[in-house]
Amino acid sequence: MILCAAFLVFTMAASAQSSQKFFTRDGKVKFDATAASSPERIDALSNSATCVLDAANGNFQWAVLIKGFQFEKSLMQEHFNENYLESGKYPKATFVGKITNLAELNFSKDGTYNAIVSGQMTIHGVTKDITTNGAITVSGNNVKVNAGFDLKLADYSISIPALVSDKVAKEAKVLVDAALVPK
Amino acid sequence: MKKIYFLPLVFTALGLFLPRFLSAQEEDLLSLLGDEKTTDYTTATFKTNRVVNGHSIENTGKGVLDTKFSHRFSPVRQGLYDMFGLDGATIRIGADYGVTDRLMIGFGRSNTEKIIDGFAKYKILRQCSGAKNIPFTLSYLIDAQIKTVKFADQERDNRFTDRIFYTHQVLIGRKFNSRFSLQIMPTVVHRNLTASPKDKNDVFSIGAAGRIKLTKRVALNAEYYYVPEGQIESPYANSLSIGFDIETGGHVFQLHFTNSANMTYKGFITETQEDWFFKDGDGKMLSGIRFGFNISRVFTLVKPKLQ
Repeated sequence: MILCAAFLVFTMAASAQSSQKFFTRDGKVKFDATAASSPERIDALSNSATCVLDAANGNFQWAVLIKGFQFEKSLMQEHFNENYLESGKYPKATFVGKITNLAELNFSKDGTYNAIVSGQMTIHGVTKDITTNGAITVSGNNVKVNAGFDLKLADYSISIPALVSDKVAKEAKVLVDAALVPK
Repeated sequence: MKKIYFLPLVFTALGLFLPRFLSAQEEDLLSLLGDEKTTDYTTATFKTNRVVNGHSIENTGKGVLDTKFSHRFSPVRQGLYDMFGLDGATIRIGADYGVTDRLMIGFGRSNTEKIIDGFAKYKILRQCSGAKNIPFTLSYLIDAQIKTVKFADQERDNRFTDRIFYTHQVLIGRKFNSRFSLQIMPTVVHRNLTASPKDKNDVFSIGAAGRIKLTKRVALNAEYYYVPEGQIESPYANSLSIGFDIETGGHVFQLHFTNSANMTYKGFITETQEDWFFKDGDGKMLSGIRFGFNISRVFTLVKPKLQ
């Protein structure tokens, strides 16, 4: 009987841990698509990305509004939305994936862990598999997420006209940075 | 005893397997957060802040200087000898500046009557959807034009105020979808001095303009200003313009056909002379179509702070 009760408590604890989710609505996503020969910088920042991490199973998801990206030049921002990312048709970029080396991470112990994340990135209506490394820093109840990766614009059917090919790089360097709190 | 053992066992089994079963299916974590209601403001209703001669509901971005070089040529009917009108041109050179994202100011000078014009345009309502819903954009424009050419009649008691014209315009525009936008512009042009005493000082006009996006970088625009009769004594025509917006990075080229030679409000609304097609005194069919262009080049003077 006692054994049974202990088992029950253990299972309840296990299922409690499975609801250990962390989230934020103001994650930062930055990208830089400046070609080496470009006289002007082509970069933008959004600080309203949504990110959710489930520590129990490693599920990891992001969503960012395309219109939320801010550029230094307002015309560039308009062209980004109108001509390149077509935010009217494809308002969001999303990532749905998993931390594949979850066993190496301990969310109950402070420290910085290397995480391998793999999943599906959807930008401009095109979904691609992607795997990247990132850093996950646990401190108390909070989890910080940092990663950087390159995306080939052509992979997401973002076409760069010849006229601006000396300004817009073929690959965009993306940096993500989010401070998650328990949900 | 057996029964008492059995029940917790069922629960234990459920407790063990149920969460696993749930997490086995691809969980949509983002939907767990619920949709945060944001307001999505409509952008790029028109490619630039002018349709052809008059304003569109677009504003120049905050801290952005937009320089404008505009030409309207002589009527195309003048033929090859005048290079289809290209030998004669009216010119306006100007600059617009975005004080905020909703307030823009600008000025310009035209060679016709040596007119200097200045304006302020404010976006009162912005079309948006989401948390806030407004179906259209509403802007108000005030524009003053000063004729600096020497008075024709030097004997007359000429005053400085005789040189001034004002325009008040309300712009109501809506982007119906990514390709089609439409706006209507009730407009009043006030003239301190008119050509004839029978002329009204305040000329009311209603304008309509639309654009159809043909490709990502090319749009077709049309603009028409209707002036109800009984306000202007001398012969006049309603201004009609059709043109293309071609965008290349920092430039927008607007190439168009119009029957208006002037690019100031008092000019194209009250002083357009010829219709697109009209009969001259001998009953001969003629065309008042002219070729023209606006070139817009933007410079970001004040960069927004990005955190």
